[in-house]
Amino acid sequence: MFDRKKRRLPEGEPFTDEEFDVSCSGCKSVHKRSELLATGYVCPDCGRYVRVPARDRIRMLADGGSFYELDRGITSVDFLQFPGYQEKIDKAKKQTGECSAVVTGVMRVEGFPCAVFAMDSRFIMASMGSAVGEKITRLFEYATKMRLPVLGVTCSGGARMQEGAVSLMQMAKCSGAVRRHSDAGLLYIALLTDPTTGGVTASIAMEGDITLAEPRALVGFAGRRVIEQTTGSELPDNFQTAEFLQEHGFIDMVVERRELRVTVGRILRLHESAAEEAR
Amino acid sequence: MTAYEKLKTVRAPERTHGGEYVKALFSDRVEFCGDRRFAEDPSIISGIGYLGDIAVTYIAIDKGEDLQDRIRKHFGCPMPEGYRKALRLMKQAEKFHRPVVCLVDTMGAFCGADGEERGQGQAIAENLFEMMGLKTPIVSVIIGEGGSGGALALAAADRVYMLENAVYSVISPDGCASILWRDAGRAHAAADCLHITAEDMVELGVAEGIISEHEGDFDRMCADMKTILSTELGKLSRLPTEKLLDARYERFRRIGVFEEDRTK
Repeated sequence: MFDRKKRRLPEGEPFTDEEFDVSCSGCKSVHKRSELLATGYVCPDCGRYVRVPARDRIRMLADGGSFYELDRGITSVDFLQFPGYQEKIDKAKKQTGECSAVVTGVMRVEGFPCAVFAMDSRFIMASMGSAVGEKITRLFEYATKMRLPVLGVTCSGGARMQEGAVSLMQMAKCSGAVRRHSDAGLLYIALLTDPTTGGVTASIAMEGDITLAEPRALVGFAGRRVIEQTTGSELPDNFQTAEFLQEHGFIDMVVERRELRVTVGRILRLHESAAEEAR
Repeated sequence: MTAYEKLKTVRAPERTHGGEYVKALFSDRVEFCGDRRFAEDPSIISGIGYLGDIAVTYIAIDKGEDLQDRIRKHFGCPMPEGYRKALRLMKQAEKFHRPVVCLVDTMGAFCGADGEERGQGQAIAENLFEMMGLKTPIVSVIIGEGGSGGALALAAADRVYMLENAVYSVISPDGCASILWRDAGRAHAAADCLHITAEDMVELGVAEGIISEHEGDFDRMCADMKTILSTELGKLSRLPTEKLLDARYERFRRIGVFEEDRTK
């Protein structure tokens, strides 16, 4: 698929222009997808960042026509017969047109090839179960084999409780794949978006060489309400925002959405010469 | 016992806690403290000692003896500095070619503003990342509660054993019930749905085996644990490093149930 010597990616496929509604997590207003693509997923009503569906996230970052999807057909199974899970999977599939909560593939950003995963909060809060774990693991394995950097766009409610301890193990499984990619001298850029929490924060989101986040994105391990309930303490307004995490030393850069493509492109370019030397 | 009864059993204050296992399993111990970055976290007891005739690094979560002690140890919920201390000792074990034994018993990583400020998620992530490449054998035993990421951060291991009544879960059954039915009182039903028992773990491929508690005969249980740990560490220590790491990767790599439609 990917020609390692010539650094040639497989032929990209066009994105569909199918119309659907997306609601703003800030003011709850509902907008047409085409309208949000035009504003860069900035809410026309309240000006806040709207949570971006995975495929549109990649579309906004990738050079036109460069994205080639991998492992599209992987999907969740209700193997514990967990109450309501199968209905949740079916509903999410129908609503999003996706088979799982993450989209993976390869693309170019400002001309530079990279592997990419983007999580989709519309799909069961992009919680990480076996399907998500498998796709992300495969992507890192593919990137290791092809000597590609990885850009990972996270947003997630955490591990998917409907798959029990098996979903917990996905954290270790993905971490193993990230580790092997890292040991091969390759770059992993994590881009944390609203909201990144729980088991995803405690694994792939915090394992990047470089950690970027979108302004005001919620990033944390334990939930704010749980902390307030268990400790009875009042938390500052900016608690667990990207800015809060940067202040405490856990994020390299908070990047405005319109600057993301250029920023990622610049980072990839700065690592391109290092990659050449390593080869 | 039902899954929930097991959870109740391992949560009971009179249940044997981590420190007692450390005393029973390891001899000639030297205890180590602190993460060299921020603080000492007393909820994790760690150091070096002998397991039979093998020098090992031990890392155990301890819920505490009496109320005073339990408060000091925040009821066995480690802080980021606890996980960082554990990682420091694991790296040391790697340097001196000592195997690592982790004893896990926690409701989960500490849940609070200070933990968040100091990167609870990052601390766990770093442990997973480092353990998946640690060049020395790691064996973990869930001795009580295996609470979510806070337990996994000491269990990304070559072998994982469950004590007979121990449980391992992605979320506490109480938390799961609140989310599912907005009723924490239905934790009993949630515990069944989550499949948290030792038998479940073996069936799901999450654990290698179960260690009998011999109906509360602590000495007999510890004798069994010693035998199992020594045997496993003996086998793992004979593997070339590359094979050890490949096997650890494969151990987690194969966990997961999904469907794949290759026509898409």
